[in-house]
Amino acid sequence: MAGPVASVREWFDERFPLHDLKALAQKKKVPVHRYSYWYFLGGMTLFLFGVQVLTGALLLLYYRPGADEAFESVQFIMTQVQFGWLIRSVHSWSANLLVFMAFAHLFSVLFLRSYRKPRELTWVSGILLLFLMLGFGFSGYLLPWNTLSYFATKVGTEIPAQIPIIGRPVLLFLRGGEDITGSTLTRLYGFHIAILPALATVLIGVHLALIQWFGMSVPPGVEAKWQAIPEDKKEIRFFPNFVLRELMAWYVALGLLGALAALFPWNLGVKADPFASAPAGIKPEWYFLFMFQTLKLIPAKILGMDGEMLGILAFGVVGAVALLLPFLDREKPFKTRRWITGLACVFLGYMAVMTVDGWVAK
Amino acid sequence: MCSAPDTSAPVKSAPANLPRRRFVNILLGTGLLASAASFLYPVLRYLVPPKLPDLGGDAVLAARLSEMKPNTAKTFRFGTRPGLLVETAAGEYRAMSATCTHLGCTVQYRPDLREIWCACHNGMYDLNGRNISGPPPRPLEAFEVQVRGDEIFVRRKQEA
Repeated sequence: MAGPVASVREWFDERFPLHDLKALAQKKKVPVHRYSYWYFLGGMTLFLFGVQVLTGALLLLYYRPGADEAFESVQFIMTQVQFGWLIRSVHSWSANLLVFMAFAHLFSVLFLRSYRKPRELTWVSGILLLFLMLGFGFSGYLLPWNTLSYFATKVGTEIPAQIPIIGRPVLLFLRGGEDITGSTLTRLYGFHIAILPALATVLIGVHLALIQWFGMSVPPGVEAKWQAIPEDKKEIRFFPNFVLRELMAWYVALGLLGALAALFPWNLGVKADPFASAPAGIKPEWYFLFMFQTLKLIPAKILGMDGEMLGILAFGVVGAVALLLPFLDREKPFKTRRWITGLACVFLGYMAVMTVDGWVAK
Repeated sequence: MCSAPDTSAPVKSAPANLPRRRFVNILLGTGLLASAASFLYPVLRYLVPPKLPDLGGDAVLAARLSEMKPNTAKTFRFGTRPGLLVETAAGEYRAMSATCTHLGCTVQYRPDLREIWCACHNGMYDLNGRNISGPPPRPLEAFEVQVRGDEIFVRRKQEA
């Protein structure tokens, strides 16, 4: 019995470097210490991305882009297709949890200082992935073509238009014209299902390859302790020990997603009418809320400069700092570490306060 | 949480534990399989396209009297499919499905032959929709025609 199987395997081994891949998977060890829980967040984000790919592909079977058809086709999915409501709700829930997980992963990596040498590029690819995920959220939001998404997209595309010189071309590029029309829908649909997924695939590949190559980072405090007392050092194998634990967490997450989608299915709302007035209480998705609320509260003029412009500029600076964070951190003097942690705490607090404020505000 | 479980000692020494371990494995395995099936089932059902709402007994406005002349025909929408309304040379109205029973092309009326013809594979039907020559295996579904004032309505034939 083993004869043919072994020969097929041999044939395959000679033509596919499975050995090397296996060696790479087995080489990696996962350190065990009091912060090990945080190692699960990246994998969880990856899992939710997988859920997005699968449910997104399923939604494509019935979804039709276009101002005359988009809303109706989502309505069709929600009411006529068997379990269509479930698939769409899982897609929406998973999208929101994915963004949340990505942020949680970011801050855990930041506070454990896992971005330090040699993992700077892992961090940069991660931040770029976060930006991509926000792009997914923004472009996917319009696809059901309801009132809420219509006006959120209107406001959202108006924001980059405030930037001098490049603002207007960016607006025209995003909208496919002066206004939000069927062309905008087609465009954001293309971004959502082709361009962003292509970029994300490459970046996720790079991100994972780097993590596999360098292994898990050990927080500086734990590292110092392990150097002092080498007997305390504990590790488990990535494959299969850690992978099995991670799979268990994924399975629980899948059950949780199903429960959330069944108990709190996503609303479809009212079909977008470009000639209707914006309804009261229009808000973007929660992960854009802190920026939205800031721009709402900022005075029109600050020191003779346009307030809104300054706000947008400030968020641009925050994005750039986040992207280049590993290069701002210096091992010596240690002061920079404290600065970075302090700034991150302030920003996290700011995000929380503004999100809650935006949520409560009428 | 992440500490490597040290399960070696008790299991190795006691073969009596093996049935118990097998029982736990079966229990966990069936649980996993059952939950996986419950996740997969909605997805499989989702893949089956729902039937589009049928017209049922509702009548469809196929044409107006002013549009029709003897020995002509008109295709009209009957639900999601085309229907064919024929005015015979004698001035009678006949209506039937316009989807050829062979491979689903849309049929047409041939005034020269006074028959219904499918251009795809040269199938022929008479004016009652019966397949009379060529490849079609079954007659075309005949519909009921009602004239109300200037309007010609077509509906599915009621059973019984």
